[in-house]
Amino acid sequence: MKTYNNRAWFLVLPVLLCVAFSAILPLMTVVNYSVQDILSPTQSVFVGTEWFKTVLRDADLHGALARQLIFSLAVLAVQIPLGILIALCMPASGWRASLALVLISLPLLIPWNVVGTIWQIFGRGDIGLMGYTLNSLGMDYNYNGNSIDAWMTVLVMDIWHWTPLVVLLCYAGLRAIPDAYYQAARIDGASRFAVFRFIQLPKMRNVLMIAVLLRFMDSFMIYTEPFVLTGGGPGNATTFLSQYLTQKAVGQFDLGPASAFSLIYFLIILLFCFVLYTWMQRVGTGDAK
Amino acid sequence: MARIDLIELGHAYRPNPAAPGDYALQPMTKTWVDGGAYALLGPSGCGKTTLLNIISGLVKPSHGKVLFDGKDVTQLPTEARNIAQVFQFPVIYDTMTVFDNLAFPLRNRGWKESQVRVRVQQVAAMLELGDDLKHRASGLSVDAKQKISLGRGLVRPDVAAVLFDEPLTVIDPHLKWLLRRKLKEIHHELKLSLIYVTHDQVEALTFADQVVVMTHGEVVQTGTAQALFEAPEHTFVGYFIGNPGMNLLPCSVRDGAAWVGGHALALAGAAKAALVGADGNIVLGVRPEFVTIAEDAGDDTVPATVLSVRNMGTHFLAEFRFGDQRVAAKLRAIDVVAGSTVRLRFPQQRTLYYVNDKRVA
Amino acid sequence: MMDKRISTTLLVAFLLLSLLPIYWMLNMSLKTNEEIVGTLSLWPHHLTFANYKTIFTDPSWYSGYINSMIYVAMNMVMSVAVALPAAYAFSRYNFLGDKHLFFWLLTNRMTPPAVFLLPFFQLYSTVGLMDTHLAVALAHMVFNVPLAVWILEGFMSGIPKEIDETAYIDGYTFPRFFVKIFLPMIKSGIGVTAFFCFMFSWVELLLARTLTSVNAKPIAATMTRTVSAAGMDWGVLAAAGVLTIVPGALVIWFVRHYIAKGFAMGRV
Repeated sequence: MKTYNNRAWFLVLPVLLCVAFSAILPLMTVVNYSVQDILSPTQSVFVGTEWFKTVLRDADLHGALARQLIFSLAVLAVQIPLGILIALCMPASGWRASLALVLISLPLLIPWNVVGTIWQIFGRGDIGLMGYTLNSLGMDYNYNGNSIDAWMTVLVMDIWHWTPLVVLLCYAGLRAIPDAYYQAARIDGASRFAVFRFIQLPKMRNVLMIAVLLRFMDSFMIYTEPFVLTGGGPGNATTFLSQYLTQKAVGQFDLGPASAFSLIYFLIILLFCFVLYTWMQRVGTGDAK
Repeated sequence: MARIDLIELGHAYRPNPAAPGDYALQPMTKTWVDGGAYALLGPSGCGKTTLLNIISGLVKPSHGKVLFDGKDVTQLPTEARNIAQVFQFPVIYDTMTVFDNLAFPLRNRGWKESQVRVRVQQVAAMLELGDDLKHRASGLSVDAKQKISLGRGLVRPDVAAVLFDEPLTVIDPHLKWLLRRKLKEIHHELKLSLIYVTHDQVEALTFADQVVVMTHGEVVQTGTAQALFEAPEHTFVGYFIGNPGMNLLPCSVRDGAAWVGGHALALAGAAKAALVGADGNIVLGVRPEFVTIAEDAGDDTVPATVLSVRNMGTHFLAEFRFGDQRVAAKLRAIDVVAGSTVRLRFPQQRTLYYVNDKRVA
Repeated sequence: MMDKRISTTLLVAFLLLSLLPIYWMLNMSLKTNEEIVGTLSLWPHHLTFANYKTIFTDPSWYSGYINSMIYVAMNMVMSVAVALPAAYAFSRYNFLGDKHLFFWLLTNRMTPPAVFLLPFFQLYSTVGLMDTHLAVALAHMVFNVPLAVWILEGFMSGIPKEIDETAYIDGYTFPRFFVKIFLPMIKSGIGVTAFFCFMFSWVELLLARTLTSVNAKPIAATMTRTVSAAGMDWGVLAAAGVLTIVPGALVIWFVRHYIAKGFAMGRV
């Protein structure tokens, strides 16, 4: 049971200062811009919620948002179970564990533009291993021309890139379970599935929540990898929200609507995360936290 | 109910142990009778948890055998041994209710639901958990959770022995004695063999019929609390049991007397005979409870200076110095002050002699 | 806890698939651009180290590497140091606004970094922190500190509060308890947190590039200077990718015992 102690604020103060310094000030700037029409560097007119209305009515935005949602949900649906599975398969100790850890984390370490670049070549039918293999298996695979292929490629690339994050989190969570639980389960005659269901999964609750929220957030904000790989195409088939925002901001260089869009973007993520967070807390063990 | 036999049981982590230091558990042969309550007592690292885990099957010993009721169980896995183990912290299934926690071992063994219900109610009543059966196990207090851990062990009727690995470590002090009392009740009711690992001598001495004192992987003495107190067979037992522990004074034997701190103490006949030709480290041991201030200057007394006197409420704890030795004594009443000189009596029947840490007289 | 053979097979299969694109990148880094875009070859037909040479002979390559490592290391240390007490507070205490604060921390990770670009630029120019390692390290704390607090809090909450109390009864002061008993118990959490802080800071290019010009310019410079006169410089990009994996692999190697070590409960 947690004790009530307001002096705990002192422990939290450093974090608060760092993040506030880095976050609140910029945020204030963005809010400021979002309610202004910036005609020139020295002239701006207060327009209130006008930008917000314009942005929200934009049909292209709706399209990008829908694509983004599908992408994020698909990514979660694959990466979380796959991550848990692989984490369960990894050895707990010894040189094998060390080797597995290093190999697993390699995809995470590549700068994101390089990730996109690799997969560009990798997926090409003429000069790429994956593209060539798929074509020789009879599929007519072309991620530049075919929307479905583009989607699949972007998905697989993201799964390849980010599943290791889920694996590492789950693996660390599994290692934090004391041996005594497994011993007690053996004495109780529990089956392997019961061990997973009643010991491992509940004890991974915390890391799983982090994994789900983190992957949701990051996939919702994804920009570099799909942009480099497909450029958002074919057409706007793989244009997700972040790219759409950049297109609008850079293309039109209008800080007002761009800032409004940024705020809306942020609020959407906030809303989803809040819902997910609250839902996962409730679904949990009901432990007194 | 199980009679536990340990035959030449030892455990070393390295494949070819040569010196005693290589063993986590020195080879030993012991028998523990049915239905007894035993405490494995010793400091951290003495091997008591290793011994417990070998008995429960969580560790396979590198040497020797373990028998339950004459049957060799050394290679049997834990789940086949009819034992239950309670750990230092409560091990429960967070997502289940108390009822489901207790029912889990039975359901895994294919019991019928009606039988499960009866048995669980029985055990819950015994542990005073009856009111909490419908609650989620995770929301209960720590001592209740430990009771659930224990309950899961007791719920199987074929359980022969319950092993405890310092189970009261995380319990509030004022709840510890309640749980200890509950354990004793259960012991009387169910007549199970209980083996209890602890580093707290008070716990061990109040809980167990027989205390097994261990140090450095070796069992140095097994006995009742009284035996350990009055006749410690090993200097370690003398030192570890009692508060404060036994006074251990290095001495030498010359001309039929024990010379300690530059003074001679007469040796009784049996002691004299045992110490003849004694080769090695000779230590004199006498408990502070038995040291008294002597009126006369008999040959079982030594002169000493009083260093300090402390009033402990129920007794006085006095520290003395003679020669280069210090002696502690627990006295009912004292009327000397620090700095004064007295004669201390070491009663011959309470003064024990150890050669190389083992008692000879 | 699965059948050993099944789990090993699955793991090996996953690792092989996972390593294919990495192998491909290595492959590309040792080929000429012509070969890369010309044919499909599973290994370089005309092995060349020219791509690596381009990187190594670039005067800013070496400093770029060092700069990146400096600000990433600073960020790792600062983020974890600041997050540990906060995570402990969230895990052990209730205080005014604690749940809101916790969630607010997360929200700092919910904005695309691009949004921070202009404000950060203005802010750091004003306080004179432009083009310093500290600037990038601080900027990266925006997304790393919330993550660190979050992960560490999760692991800390897994330790029963009774352990704290037992330690106090046994006479431990808070600092000694924290360092000698508590931290070793959440080893895997700390290991994973350190690695993630490293990783997210290491691969972040936008802020790092914007907030620096000469003195603290990171490897991003080499990463992004990839379009030469002849078109996209695939080979150099791949070589740069290979080179950036190395420090990360080292970091994971160093924290491997933290992550993989089992959990020893209590002081036996």
